[in-house]
Amino acid sequence: MSGSTYYVPEQSKWPILASVSLGLLAYGAAMTMTAMTADRDSFGPWVLGGGFLVLFYVIFGWFKDQIREEAEGLHSDQLDRSYRQGMLWFIFSEVMFFCAFFGALFYVRVFSVPWIGGEGDKGVTNMLWEGFTATWPLLQTPDMKQFPGATAVIDPWHLPLVNTVLLITSSVTVTFAHHALKENKRRALEAWLAATIILAVIFLYFQAVEYHEAYTELGLTLNSGIYGATFFMLTGFHGFHVMLGTTMLFVMLLRCFDGAFSPEKHFAFEAVAWYWHFVDVVWVGLFIFVYIL
Amino acid sequence: MATVDVDLPHVKDEDPHHHGPAKGLGRWLYTTNHKDIGSMYLIFSLTMFMIGGIMALIIRAELFQPGLQLVEPNFFNQMTTMHGLIMVFGAVMPAFVGLANWMIPMQIGAPDMALPRMNNWSFWILPFAFLILLSSLFMPGGAPNFGWTFYAPLSTTYAPESVTFFIFGVHIMGASSIMGAINIIATILNMRAPGMTLMKMPLFVWTWLITAFLLIAVMPVLAGVVTMMLMDIHFGTSFFNAAGGGDPVLFQHVFWFFGHPEVYIMILPAFGIISEIIPTFARKRLFGYSSMVYAVASIALLSFVVWAHHMFTVGMPLVGEVFFMFATMLIAVPTGVKVFNWTATMFRGSMTFETPMLFAIAFVVLFTIGGFSGLMLAIAPADFQYHDTYFVVAHFHYVLVPGAIFSIMAATYYWLPKWTGHQLNETMGKLHFWLSFVGVNVTFFPMHFVGLAGMPRRIPDYALQFADFNSMASVGAFIFGFSQLVFIYNVIQNVRAGEKATAQVWEGAQGLEWTVPSPAPYHTFSTPPKVD
Repeated sequence: MSGSTYYVPEQSKWPILASVSLGLLAYGAAMTMTAMTADRDSFGPWVLGGGFLVLFYVIFGWFKDQIREEAEGLHSDQLDRSYRQGMLWFIFSEVMFFCAFFGALFYVRVFSVPWIGGEGDKGVTNMLWEGFTATWPLLQTPDMKQFPGATAVIDPWHLPLVNTVLLITSSVTVTFAHHALKENKRRALEAWLAATIILAVIFLYFQAVEYHEAYTELGLTLNSGIYGATFFMLTGFHGFHVMLGTTMLFVMLLRCFDGAFSPEKHFAFEAVAWYWHFVDVVWVGLFIFVYIL
Repeated sequence: MATVDVDLPHVKDEDPHHHGPAKGLGRWLYTTNHKDIGSMYLIFSLTMFMIGGIMALIIRAELFQPGLQLVEPNFFNQMTTMHGLIMVFGAVMPAFVGLANWMIPMQIGAPDMALPRMNNWSFWILPFAFLILLSSLFMPGGAPNFGWTFYAPLSTTYAPESVTFFIFGVHIMGASSIMGAINIIATILNMRAPGMTLMKMPLFVWTWLITAFLLIAVMPVLAGVVTMMLMDIHFGTSFFNAAGGGDPVLFQHVFWFFGHPEVYIMILPAFGIISEIIPTFARKRLFGYSSMVYAVASIALLSFVVWAHHMFTVGMPLVGEVFFMFATMLIAVPTGVKVFNWTATMFRGSMTFETPMLFAIAFVVLFTIGGFSGLMLAIAPADFQYHDTYFVVAHFHYVLVPGAIFSIMAATYYWLPKWTGHQLNETMGKLHFWLSFVGVNVTFFPMHFVGLAGMPRRIPDYALQFADFNSMASVGAFIFGFSQLVFIYNVIQNVRAGEKATAQVWEGAQGLEWTVPSPAPYHTFSTPPKVD
């Protein structure tokens, strides 16, 4: 149908419901956190929970409609290209989100922590925290009462190194799965995809182990100064994206069992694979700049 | 700009798949139609413009005389904060997205936006986001009161409780902007009619392509910075607290890395609109089409390396001051190219002065004034005098009100006959223009003087020597504010009735949107038009 007439999707109830769910999530989260910090009760968690319920309803319903319409052959080549471009720009926006946190990390390491420590022409700020010396990782914070620094940081050459190997391998296995799909080898597709998911789950497990160690043994917490803040925000948001990616890969596996995707048309699979590579690249950045350097 | 000859096989809907609008409320809630969504964006923006405008009038009423008359200082701070946030995120940005929704598919020969359902989602997030933001006015401790730039630690350690609602509101409106921008890029890159090459696209489309790129690049950074605030407030991190090794100045760096491209997000589509209107009423092709495209692209790229010119007085190393000063002044070059091109387009044209053209000419003159005061602010040593004074307020209101807002009004008058099928009432349009023109200048020009003399911004009281200029500015603000009722009247009147508009509407108008009937059919193109 491409080239002759245009295709415009039908009206849908999902976008407005998605907006309702985002509104509930935002309001509920704000209520919950405000009450938490002020140490009082609120019905925020109920609003938040309602938001999640609507969100899951939307996710199931909207994707169901998409899959049905695609099976009916409604999706033109043009729409397919729009989806691809949309996914790529979405990933670009995610990259920029991580850039904000990497930027914060570089700024404190290169500029502000040395300045508080008395270095350079802005080093006069050291008079505020006499005796503070700049180090990285910042174990001795300027005010150890308010922000008790960690006793040590995570050793990059143990779990993080293993995790690096796991994630890079998973990027390779998802590519094998993609090639198997293009050659219509369904068994290989399912096997490689399952392998990717297993690697991802092991990665997540090791991250949880590492967080547990950080909190219970090293005293490395969100509250332990700027090292803990940047460490947990960067690895935490990455971990959250891995969780999301793993869920997406798992849905792809279920759809493979269901007989979805042809060697020619499998945009959903490709989009998830792109997302997975993005998560992998961010990890490499984390491993270098957060763990090693 | 290339002229386009169009061969339309059938503009009427013959395909049964393409029906008219659905009935009732469902049409607006579930719509996937770019015109419906564009209209909703524009109506939403106008509503927010009025709410933000009322806040501005509260500010000006308080500042009419020295001393404290009407409001408490804390409420005054809430008004300056909410006025800024609402005008930036609720009025200007949605208005441009609304215009993009209406015009881009028509201008490139597309049936609709590339991702129509996501388009609906992008719009409907906004009412929820702004309900959350506005509801903060009724919370204990009041609405955000730390300025629209929400510098830490004012917005973290010393913030009212409602700051968390503000943070999550910003999160979802950011999601809306990013999805809107992705949609616009996909539409422009993927939905152009055969023959509509990139360098044949109308400048409004070009400026939006570049604006959308800026949005996708910086809205996530805004999300990042409010997330850091959230963590500092509720989860014990120390991003903006030097006691833990963080830095309040870090906030300003991350915020302005978003903030400076953001101000170009609010002006680049305006450049596109003006570049459409001036050739029409000068009855000449736009002078220097390709240089206009390159100028917009260079402004956008430079916008990523100038952010710290908002922070000259914060205590940056000297090399930073010098770099950001010169990088900022470099932007004057492509901006100058644009102003000269608009002027050259008008030079020896057979000009007429219909309402859209009046707004466009006022834009060129008054935006240039705002640009020049920007150059003054860009000079780091001089900025130590101007920083945080009313001179800054005068500067950014000159680029935003007779800049962005005038361009939106110009665009509305220019394309309204295409939307409604009715010719404009020129008398009422001109009345609105002259009232606005006088009101804007009486409001904002005196602010230059009080600012240079040292009146600080965001303070509800001032020294006696500033009284005359301030009362003048307040009178101007009320003239400008109430003359917008004429605008609303004009729009409503035009929707309801008026002389039947032709397809071309304006004698000198060129481009695909002027080849379809007025009002444009619900589905403009069901098959791709041919563009030669």
